[in-house]
Order: sequence, then C-alpha cells, then structure tokens
Amino acid sequence: MSEALNIIQDPTLTYHQELLALARLGESTDDSLRYSDAYYEAKKKGALCDLNEGVMPYRPRYICPDYELLFQKGCKFLDLKPPKDLLEAVNVLEIFYCHVPSITSFPVYLGDLDKLLEPFVLKEDRAFARKVLGLFLRNIDRVQTDSFVHADIGPEDSVTGRLLLELTEEMQLAIPNLTLRYDPEKTSDDFALACVRCMLRTAKPSFANHRMFVKEWGERYAIASCYNGLNIGGGGYTLPRLRLYECALDAKSPEDFLERELPRHIDLQLEYMDKRVKFIVEQSSFFKTNFLVTEGFVRQENFTGMFGVVGLAECCNYLLGIEDKKKGFGMNAEATALGLKIMDAIEARVAAHEAPYCEAYGHRYRLHAQVGIDSDGMDDSPGTRIPIGVEPTMLEQLEVNEKFHPYFPTGTGDIFKFEETWLKTPDAILAIIKGSLNNGLRYFSGYLENNDVVRVTGYLVKKSEIEKLRAKKQSLNNVTVFGMGAQDGGHALDRRVQQHEECGA
Amino acid sequence: MSRTAPVNRIIPFSNVDGPGNRTSIFFQGCPFNCLFCHNPETIHLCRACGACVEKCPAGALRLEGGAVIWDSARCVGCDTCIKLCPHDSSPKIRHMTVEDVMREIRRAAPYIEGITTSGGECTLQNEFLIELFTEVRKLGKTCLIDSNGSFDFEADPRVLEVSEGVMLDVKAVEQSWSDALISYPRDMVLKNLDYLLRVGKLYEVRTLIFPDRDRENEETVRYVAEHIGDGCFYKIIRYRPYGVREKYQKVLGEFETDAACAETYAALARSLGAAKAYVV
Repeated sequence: MSEALNIIQDPTLTYHQELLALARLGESTDDSLRYSDAYYEAKKKGALCDLNEGVMPYRPRYICPDYELLFQKGCKFLDLKPPKDLLEAVNVLEIFYCHVPSITSFPVYLGDLDKLLEPFVLKEDRAFARKVLGLFLRNIDRVQTDSFVHADIGPEDSVTGRLLLELTEEMQLAIPNLTLRYDPEKTSDDFALACVRCMLRTAKPSFANHRMFVKEWGERYAIASCYNGLNIGGGGYTLPRLRLYECALDAKSPEDFLERELPRHIDLQLEYMDKRVKFIVEQSSFFKTNFLVTEGFVRQENFTGMFGVVGLAECCNYLLGIEDKKKGFGMNAEATALGLKIMDAIEARVAAHEAPYCEAYGHRYRLHAQVGIDSDGMDDSPGTRIPIGVEPTMLEQLEVNEKFHPYFPTGTGDIFKFEETWLKTPDAILAIIKGSLNNGLRYFSGYLENNDVVRVTGYLVKKSEIEKLRAKKQSLNNVTVFGMGAQDGGHALDRRVQQHEECGA
Repeated sequence: MSRTAPVNRIIPFSNVDGPGNRTSIFFQGCPFNCLFCHNPETIHLCRACGACVEKCPAGALRLEGGAVIWDSARCVGCDTCIKLCPHDSSPKIRHMTVEDVMREIRRAAPYIEGITTSGGECTLQNEFLIELFTEVRKLGKTCLIDSNGSFDFEADPRVLEVSEGVMLDVKAVEQSWSDALISYPRDMVLKNLDYLLRVGKLYEVRTLIFPDRDRENEETVRYVAEHIGDGCFYKIIRYRPYGVREKYQKVLGEFETDAACAETYAALARSLGAAKAYVV
C-alpha cells in the first residue's frame, strides 16, 4: 500500500489532517536541498533530529506577526480596514489568523490579546464583551485546530485579561495555549492569583519570566508555540535538535565528548540550519511575495534560528556511567555540574558561529530546550529536564531548573502537577513561582492531576480526546496524537504529583 | 556543644501548615497518645531496642553504642522500620542543631512565606524553638507553632515573643472523651486557648470531627466557637483512617467523616460566632 493510500484510509485522520499529511508527502518528493554525508549519518544514528520539518521549507517554522500594525493600518491583501469596535477587531483577527503560516500551518502566535482588545472591550457593555470574547475563543479552538497556537497576556492586569481567564476556565479548551508575562513590579498579586487558579484548573496560562525575556529580546517579544521566545514582527526560521544522549554514545569519556563528539554534532546542526535558513530566505517565495512580508507584518531581519537540544539528563548519566536515574542528573551534583559544562560548551560554540540572515541578533542563532516528541520515548528527556518518574522534591527540581533556564532565550520550561488541595492555596503556588522566577527560572507551568485539559510536554491536550484516538475515532485537535504518543512512549503525563503532606500530631 | 533537637523530617514546601507556602519542621516526641494520630511514629524517641535493624531490607540501620544509627544514603524509604517499631517511634531521626535546620530553611527561603514547627510536639523543644525563630526572623520570614497545647505558654511566653502565633489543636473538651482520645489532661489545652486568644497569638484552632460521635463533636465545636468568636480561624477537619493505627481504627471508625457532616459543624461554629470556621 502506498503512503498516500495509508493517509487516505486512516480512520483517525480528519479531512484537514489528511490534507496536511499529503502536503508533507508531496514536499518530500524533492530532495534538492542537500547536506553533508556526515549530517545524514548523524541523523540516521538519531543524534540529530529535524523534527520532521520537511525537506523543502516553504515558510519559516514560526511566524509572529505584528498585530498592532494590523490594527493600525489594516491589511491590503486581505482587504481589512483597521477595526473600530470589538466585533470588527475579533473578526479581523479571525480572518488574519487563517493566513499566518507555520510549520504546522496554524498560527503559533495570536498576539498579546489583552493589550490588543482592551480599548475595544472597554467601550462595550461588559456582558456583551464577554459573549464576544467567548465566541472568539470558540472560533480559535474549532478553526485553529492545533495546540501550538499560542496567545499572550500581561504583565499588567486588564479587564480583557480577566475576561479571558474567566472564559478559559469556564470553557476548558486545549486551544489556544496561553502565557502570562509575569513581572513582580507590573503584575498585581491579585491578577497573578487569578492566573494561578486558572492554570490549576485548565493547565494555562503558564508564567513567563518577563524581565528575563525583556533583557534578551526587548519589550516586543512573543511567547509562541510551546514556550518559544521570539521577536514580534519576526519569528524563528527552523528548530532542529541535538539528541544529546545519542550524541554521547560514541564518546569515550566526558572529556572526549566535550572535545570531540559534542563540537562535531554542533557543527553538523549548524550546517543544517545555515542551509535551511538560506533556502527559506533565498529560494522560497515567502520572504519575496507573502503579504505578511510585503506589508511589513514581519521583517526578515527579525527572524533567527532556534538551536534545539534534548536529553541532557540522559547524556550526563551515560557519560558518568550512572545507570540508576534516581541517582543521576538532577539529584547528583557531579551530573548536574557536567550538564552545566556541556551547556556552556554549546552556548559558546553556537555564539561563535556567524549565522546567515539573523541581523537583529548580531547574526547569531539562539538556544532552545526542545520539549521532546513522541518518538523520543524514555531515551531523551525534554531539553534539560529531570526525567519523569525520578523527580526530586519541587524545591530541588526548581533549583536545577534555575541553573539551566538562562541558557535558552528561545524557550525552555518545566511543568508541575499538583494535587487538588493546592487549589485552595494559590498564594502558596504564587510564592513558589515568584521565588523561582527571581532565581532564574524562565518559564513555569502547572496543572491539577485530575484535569481533562493537561500539559503534556509543552503543549495542551484533553485526556478525553486521547481516549477518542485510542478508540480509533478522530480528534479535531491535530496535536492529540502527539499527546498520546508522548504518554505511551515517554509517560509524559505521569510526572510527580505535588502532594499536600499530612501534618503530624 | 550546640543544642540539638530530634527532627523527624523537614518538608521544604507545605501548603497546609499556615498561610502561603511554608517550610514545615516536624520534631520527634509527643506527650499525647492520640488514638487518631496519623504519624504515630513521631510519638516516642527511639529506645534502641534494635527490632528494626535486622529487618531493614536496604541495610541502612545498625546498632552502635546503644543507639540505632540510620544511614540516609542507603535508605530506600520503604518505612519497614516504622511499620514494625513496637514503641511508636522511628530510627530515621536526625539530631540537628539550629544551624543544621537553618541551612535547610535558607535553601527554601526564596520560595516561602515562613516556617511552621510541628511534630510530634514541637514545644517540647522550647529553647531550641526560641533560638531557631530568632534566626528565621532575621530572614524576614514568619514563624508559626503547631501545638497540641500541652505547653504552658502563660508560664513561659518567650517563644511567643519570636513567633507570629500558634495553631492549636483542641481535640476534645468533655473530660472522659478527652481522657480516652488523647491520654492527657485537657485542662492545659483549654487554658492555652484562652491565654493565646487574649494575647493575640492564636492563629487558628483545629478540631477533628469523628464519625458517629455527634455528642462529643458538638461539645468540642460549641466550646471552641463560643470562646474564639471571630478572633482566629477555626479549621474543622474530617477524620480519615489513613495512617491511623489499626487497633484504633476499630475504635474510631474505618471510614472517613463525610464532608456534609463536617460542614454541619462548621455551620454550627459560625452560628455561634466563629465567623472564620471552615472545613478542610
């Protein structure tokens, strides 16, 4: 049976999912974008992974349009005028979203929704505004059917932000992903607590370290897809990843890895990125003719490449001969110190590389702790995370995270699963988040263990939708299938539960 | 030599021992012997009988110089030692100095509002608490005492001067019920209830509600509510058999108190003026 026929006959694929799968198949028929033999060899071994980005890129991986510009000038190509009221504003966004490409073909950044919509919301009757926003969220969930679709709010409190939180909790949808940009000086405790409550019940919003992102990107940054930091009016060309465990398999010692195997694999990944970025800019039509570019919603010089890594824990454990994960990376000072050495080496080598078409970043790529994909199984934990199943106390886990998060301007994060009693004490969770962001944590996510909407590795799925797939039924959300794979292969939903501890006496 | 205290365990993050996120320190040893105790291994200090040593599957225990020595690095946390201890104790106790405890508190400090000392009964370590709280306050953190009320705070109020207050268990009021339930005279507990309230150091009172003990439950709740009014929180806790010694489960019940039943007592407390009564 041909691959095309497999797709066409798969009972679990929606029409739109079939279409995307067939497009991917079509793209794979051209192999004129070639890499070195050493690259293919490393890829075959599993040390390098291109995240199935496709062999012939016809758009950057992630695109973060300047929606403020859209609201100021409208869009000629789509014949949209600047909106005058809330209904028009929401309608303009809903139309525009359908024309923002990405690796998934869905818009991975929906804008800073509270800031964009607040002036219009304030002009309306509150109940009417709530109804419009509710329909807007429903439209996003049913039309942009992919959990990598991501919206941002904060750092300031707003009427729109509050309404979006209320509706998010009430509607219990997996789409869109949502981030609060948190700044202890700009975000009130009251608003942050409302976000914590919503996060526990709906697995969103996550908390982004606003000050850290601003320092690296300036005020106009977006959190897109899972948790990718990128420029508004720009985006990310490509995101391949070093699978560090596999990169280490041929090393004779930690020193040998640092001197030989690691630099070799870094260079091969850089080769992939350079060729791919040049192809997107020079060969594809996107930067020449797409209306997002020609009308200035994105500018090529605001894009960068995301240099991804996964499996640091397993890499360190392997190099140190640690077989029991419970005594390895995250719980073992020597393994954690080796992890820092490895990250220093990656950071320095990538920073020394002159990257093509990354003008806004001093011609450099930026590091990304990739969240893993379903086929990683238990071999490579997401980014620099401690493996699922051996997590230490939350305090120790945060301490390890705080050491590694600063390396990754284009995103990293960790996820904590809470038992029900924490719902009664959002202030306790806020204290933990505040302390940790202040200590260098970049991105904090959480959810209650019994939720239907849960965060798998960086994206959201509904457990009930996974069950549909298991029953050979279709799930509207394109990402549900990844959630199922990550649970089956990587036990991604079995992370440690933060219990409340019984007190004595 | 610096003063030490027997510490059963330290939980870096706790959301159930007072306001916000807190580090909870559980001391070993308690003068009560409550039938419902969820952590009976915290009641007595180890008598070094050695019953646990041979049975430890990880070889983490040994008898040395008349004491059971616990090797925390070898321990796999199976709790076999606790389950078979004939004296309601645990060999996994650390004798810690104030500085030892402070080292752990400093680590958690960025994430917590304060600490809570519990047990066992932490006021058995009164001098230790005074030193510890003095140090913790230098970090700008708050100190709460979780107590069974056996310590005479009025006679020695020094620890209160370095603490935000006490979370007091009032487990039983009626004399015979108290004798049966906690094996300790309840007079000091009731005296502390009044005293701590009067000096503004009562953070909260807790009462456990038992299944099929309507008369005893009501008597306790009524007494507390009438005394505290809206002066502090009143936490109504449902009895849960989990962790309770089997022989006492037979006395108290093998099922937890249902939520609706507990709510009726919270409502009763509120109707008597204890506005801040709630069920957990």
